[in-house]
Parts: sequence; structure tokens; C-alpha cells
Amino acid sequence: MAETITIEVARYRPEEEGEPALQSYEVPLNKDWVVLDALNHIKDHVDGSLSFRWSCRMGVCGSCGMTVNGEPKLTCATFLSHYAPGPIRVEPLKNFPVVRDLVIEMTDFLEKLQSVKPWIVRKDDPAPAKGEFLQTPEQLDEFKQFSMCINCMICYAACPVYGLDPQFVGPAAIALAQRYNLDSRDQGEQERLDVLSQHEGIWGCTFVGECTEVCPKNVDPAGAIQQYKLAATKDWFKSFLMPWSKQ
Amino acid sequence: MKPPVAYRQYHPKWHRTRVSTFWWSRKWSYLKFMLRELSSVFVAFYVVILLLQLHALRGGPDAYQGFQDWLRNPLLVILNGISFLFVLFHAVTWFNLTPKAMAVRLRGKRLPDVLVAAPNYVAWLAVSALVVFLLTRQG
Amino acid sequence: MAKRSNEPLLWALFSGGGVAAAFLLPVLIFLYGLAFPLGWLQPPDHERTLELVQHPLTRLVLFLLCFLSLFHWAHRFRFTLYDGLQIKHLNPAINLFCYGGAVTGTVAAAYLLWTLP
Ligand code: SF4
Ligand code: FES
Repeated sequence: MAETITIEVARYRPEEEGEPALQSYEVPLNKDWVVLDALNHIKDHVDGSLSFRWSCRMGVCGSCGMTVNGEPKLTCATFLSHYAPGPIRVEPLKNFPVVRDLVIEMTDFLEKLQSVKPWIVRKDDPAPAKGEFLQTPEQLDEFKQFSMCINCMICYAACPVYGLDPQFVGPAAIALAQRYNLDSRDQGEQERLDVLSQHEGIWGCTFVGECTEVCPKNVDPAGAIQQYKLAATKDWFKSFLMPWSKQ
Repeated sequence: MKPPVAYRQYHPKWHRTRVSTFWWSRKWSYLKFMLRELSSVFVAFYVVILLLQLHALRGGPDAYQGFQDWLRNPLLVILNGISFLFVLFHAVTWFNLTPKAMAVRLRGKRLPDVLVAAPNYVAWLAVSALVVFLLTRQG
Repeated sequence: MAKRSNEPLLWALFSGGGVAAAFLLPVLIFLYGLAFPLGWLQPPDHERTLELVQHPLTRLVLFLLCFLSLFHWAHRFRFTLYDGLQIKHLNPAINLFCYGGAVTGTVAAAYLLWTLP
């Protein structure tokens, strides 16, 4: 028989149990299997009641984030063999309420994301009749890194500040705000700053830096937040010294 | 800012875990963060010593000699040794994190982090050498 | 326009203090905390130290060092207390302790440096 590995999955069925509990499964240790494959194997062949989110299986949809052996991971990009001989512990993402098994509630994140207006804001809406806005490769390069975010919330799970203070806007939302601020076509910087200059915005961040460490897409939210602080501070001094410069 | 999402009518039984007070002891990188933040205590500690030194300096040669003798107290030497390690840790983490906060761009490309941090280290060495020179030059 | 917050000012002081402390404290603590007391190097005597500190530039540097370092401490320590101990409800007391301490230290430094003979 082929080799196997033990997976301990956190189960939480609110109608049955008050606290999440671990349940162990043996799954084949295929060397090209990721943790998500093992979960699908369990759901298809062992226990159909196991609940978890996934979609693309290739690291672009951002829905399969879970805690693997204590670390927040995209389970479709985390190989079983990496943890051999096991056991592997799979739990829902930290810092979010658990709805069921490995499924977390993310409305909070979605509302925060919306609050920073992660889209191009123009004063001259609707878009000018002249056609598209042109952008040079250099201008694209300014924000490209921050635009790689897939909203997987792995950075939120790694962020102790978000865990301690759920009001904190959090890494990905601030990185995305910065992504649009740095976009040469955007004019919404001031609107976003009004939201993010609150204590729960950028100032809540103490630069732990874990968000950047864990991000599967190399977005560097920690860097984005510090750059944002610097920009907000300059803005503050400017409006302090030259109050008339505010439009 | 809106209040955090409240319990929804149809999800009365979400499970929430509280962050433990000792969250920073669970992982090396979190612990490193805490140590980095605690270095600030030693920064303040040094300022206190500096204020005492200035005070002694005003008191004349005898008072100043007393201050220097006080610094020889083994307990204080040990404390200062720890303090030195902490401020060193502060300096290194500070210089390494600067490039993250300042995305320096040159001809449309972002400079690699090492190139932004390197001048800091050079300047740091120069400043330190200058201080040593000023304080040990006799006469 | 959102409520005006003074976080940018506090953060600027925190950052300035971080830079000042990073540049000057390791060498100063090494000299005064270790090298001089342990006899590795010969410390400057009272007369020489006074002469050094009397220079306006030294006074300015020392004042800035005290002022910024203290506000650096206040900011970091405040957040460490919030996060590490989860005692956010003690906010007013923490703020008073941290920033009150920083202000007191800064005033003391200004007084000592200003009135130096
Ligand atoms: S910043 Fe990175 S970790 Fe955070 S949501 Fe975006 S892709 Fe995920
Ligand atoms: S399933 Fe889409 S990112 Fe993993």
C-alpha cells in the first residue's frame, strides 16, 4: 500500500458542538498533492460533511486560506510532502469568526476593503470622451506589486494587531488603498486618507511585519502601510504649515 | 469607522477565539517583534543616565567623579551590557526596515532594499567613529 | 474632512527618535556603560567633558537626542502596553505615563543643558 500521512482537521459543527475539535484522517501521501487535494480526498471518499472553501486550485482566487501547522497558508500551494511524515494540522484562518469547520466569516474584511475605495476615483467622472487613460510602464511599475493581492486574508490571519483590535483596517485593504493612490489615473488619495488617517487606519499598525512574510503574492502590505504613514505625515505637516494648500 | 460586524441573525453560533495575552511568545518572529519594541525601554533608560550625567557635570569635578564611580557598579555594568545589546538590535532592525518605508525610485525602478540600507550603515559607522574620537582624544 | 488627529506628529517624533537612537545610542552606551567603567578606554575628565558639552552644537545634538529618544520610547512603549498586555481600557493612564514622562524628561534636558555653566 502507498504511504499515507495523518491530517488533523479542525471540525466545528455549531448544531452539534460548542467548541471546535480536531478529527484525524489518513490520506495518501502523493508527492504532487497539496493540502487542498487531501481535503478534497476526505470530502469525496471519507467524510462528505467536511466544509471548506476553494475554487481555482492554482493560487489566484484567494479562497483556500487556512492555518496549516499554525501558519496561515494557501492550501492549494502547500504541499503535503513538505510536512512528511506528519501529522499535519489544518485549522481555519485565525482572527476570523468560524462559521463551520474550515469556513470563516469574512464580511468584516469585505466591508473594510470597500471603505478604502479600491477602485479608480476620478473627479471628472464619467470617463473623458477622449478615450482611455494612458499609462507608461514606469507608472504601472509604481503600483504593480500592490495590485497582485488576491484578497486571501492570509495577512489578516498573521496580523496580531487585527487579532487584538478588530477595528483595525488591516494589511490588504491598506495595501490596496496604496495601490490606487500610486496609480497615475487615480484622484482619490484624499478621500482614502480621510478613512485611513484614523487611529484604526494606518496608525494602528506597529510594523510587526508578519503580513509581508506570509503573503503568497509578495504584496508587501507592511511596506505599503509604512509608506502610507510617511505620506500622511507629510500631508499633515503641509496642511499644518500651509492650511490654504488644501483644496 | 463602522463598528465591527455584529452577529448576524442566521449565524448565531459563530465560533470566536480570543487572542491570548501571551500571543507574542508563541512564535519566534512575534517574539522578535516584542523584543524590538522593548528596546525602547533601554533607549529611555539611557536618556535617564545622560540626564544624571549632565546633572553631575554641573556639580563640579567631585560630583562628576562620583557619577563615573557610580557607573562602575557591577549591577549597572550588567544592565548597561544588556542595554547595549538592545539598542544594537534597535539600530539594526531600524536600518533594515527603513527601505520598506521609503520606496526610493531611480529612473522609474525601485532601488533594491540593500542599496537603500547601505548608506545608513556607512553613516552609522562614521558617526560612531566620530563620537569615539571626540570622547577619547586627550587634551 | 475627517477629525484631525495628532498621530502624524507623534509618529514623526517616534521616527526621528528612532533614527537618533539608532545612530548615537549604541556607541554612547558602549563607551559610558562598558568601555569606560571597565577601563578599556580612558574617559574624558570633568574639564574636558564640560568643554565638549559647552559647545552649542553638542548642546543642540544632546537636546535633540533626549527629546526625540524620549518620544520614541513613549510611542513604542504605549503600543507595547496596548498589544502585549491588552490593557487598552487603561488608555488615559498609559498616555499620561508615556507622554507625560517624555515631556518631563525633555524639559529636564532643556533646563540642564541651558543652565550649564
Ligand atoms: S496582501 Fe497578500 S496575504 Fe494579504 S490578502 Fe492580499 S494576497 Fe493575501
Ligand atoms: S483555491 Fe484558489 S487560491 Fe487556492
